[in-house]
Amino acid sequence: MKVIETFNISKQYRNTTVLDKINLEAGKGEIVGVLGPSGAGKTTLINILTGQIRADSGDAYILETSCVNLDCKIYSKIGIMMDSFGLYERLSVYENLKFYSQIFRISSNRIEYVLNKTGLYGARKTLVQNLSKGMKARLNLARAFLKEAELLFLDEPTSGLDPQTAQHIHGLIEEEKQKGTTVFLTTHNMHEAEKLCDNIALLCDGKIVEYGNPQKICSKYNYMNVIDITLKNGEKISLPNSPKSSDKIKQLVESESIKSIHSSEPNLENVFLLLTGKVLKQ
Amino acid sequence: MKNILFIFRKQLKDSLKNKAILIQFIMHPLIAAVMTLSVHIENMPENFFVYLFSPMYITMAPIVSMSSIIAEEKEKNTLRVLLMSNVKSYEYFIGIGGYIFLICMLGAAVFCVLGKFAGIEILYFMGIMAVGILTSIVIGGTIGTASKNQILNTSITMPVMLVLSFVPMLSQFNDVINNAGRVLYSQQIFNLINHTSTLDFKCESIIIIVVNILISAILFAVLYRKSKFA
Repeated sequence: MKVIETFNISKQYRNTTVLDKINLEAGKGEIVGVLGPSGAGKTTLINILTGQIRADSGDAYILETSCVNLDCKIYSKIGIMMDSFGLYERLSVYENLKFYSQIFRISSNRIEYVLNKTGLYGARKTLVQNLSKGMKARLNLARAFLKEAELLFLDEPTSGLDPQTAQHIHGLIEEEKQKGTTVFLTTHNMHEAEKLCDNIALLCDGKIVEYGNPQKICSKYNYMNVIDITLKNGEKISLPNSPKSSDKIKQLVESESIKSIHSSEPNLENVFLLLTGKVLKQ
Repeated sequence: MKNILFIFRKQLKDSLKNKAILIQFIMHPLIAAVMTLSVHIENMPENFFVYLFSPMYITMAPIVSMSSIIAEEKEKNTLRVLLMSNVKSYEYFIGIGGYIFLICMLGAAVFCVLGKFAGIEILYFMGIMAVGILTSIVIGGTIGTASKNQILNTSITMPVMLVLSFVPMLSQFNDVINNAGRVLYSQQIFNLINHTSTLDFKCESIIIIVVNILISAILFAVLYRKSKFA
């Protein structure tokens, strides 16, 4: 069963094409990422999939329901973390989660669990207006995790956060995956995409320029296919990534002269640059 | 029904910490109380300040609070999150509108006490206040729905509120304003409230108020269909 399926989704704002014939799919328990720079169309894609806006053409389905017909029943099965926090600033962390737990018809016990998981328990009585951006992002995520959703939409979940908080959030996302939750996330952080996603779509100017498993994508564009070795004396050598190099490498290992050894496989940043001529950073 | 109650409770907690909204509910009853208890002028009509401030209250407090709550929720995206969380638009509208209605009716009760009304006068006064508050809530909802953010909301609310609240007062001194203002529900509410002691009301007033409610409701429906609170 496909949890997310899109067929040739296109969207234009005035005369600008924001999304151009997007095809994606995600199965149960998969993490699918959309990687692209700001303005690539990532948020528009999430907005279409969550029924907030309509595509000009093409079809999109989540949980086997057309995204133009999403109702309360479907919304009760999905968690959404949007780029804007959408929190009640004059209410405390706990009051915000309490209100949404009532709306979602979820037991109060779940609030304690989510507060602990997101590291917000100590700040539960703090008014949202007094929280830092990182804490607000955690609360935004906590709200998305409040209901045990079948499908999670996370729009740049770690954007602007410190590495420690980002790592903590990655752990939470991986936990949800282990439980069988399908996660759709957008990011411009290639490390996040490589670490978390089963499949990624590289999005640039509204078009998917590459789609698939991150490791396979990187291998696909490994044109040089060499092994770079840095020796302890500072000398750098490149050897072909083939059986022919095994004797030389063995010799270097035995003589304990290797400082570092790397394959020439490109990372997603390099692949994106290669395909689009653009960098991923904001 | 449960969602309406949850939204009502949330709004109550939120408004207690929102001075800008809180002041709207308190200001007119408080000023009327202070003036009634402290100002005594010879030949001043009975319940002068109650009859002056209560129509202003029902045209200002519900319009400002309803429109600014909706505009703030739209601007901060909380309304979008709510509508994707098992809450229907009408539940949200009734939850917020119901909260404002009840708080404003408490304010109306303060006017009632200040006016020392008794028996049927209380029913008459509170009934007219209820109709006025409901009409203003629909108008506030319409403005909130039409506004994309709080700044735009303020710039629409201010002129509407000033016309609706000051025309009835100014119409006492100018026939042209009086004739033009007859089409406004606030003018008719003002007239009806001023006849609380005689319990005298005209069918014309009721018809004009009903027409005002219908126009506001249609306008709200059209704007809602267009924007869906987005």
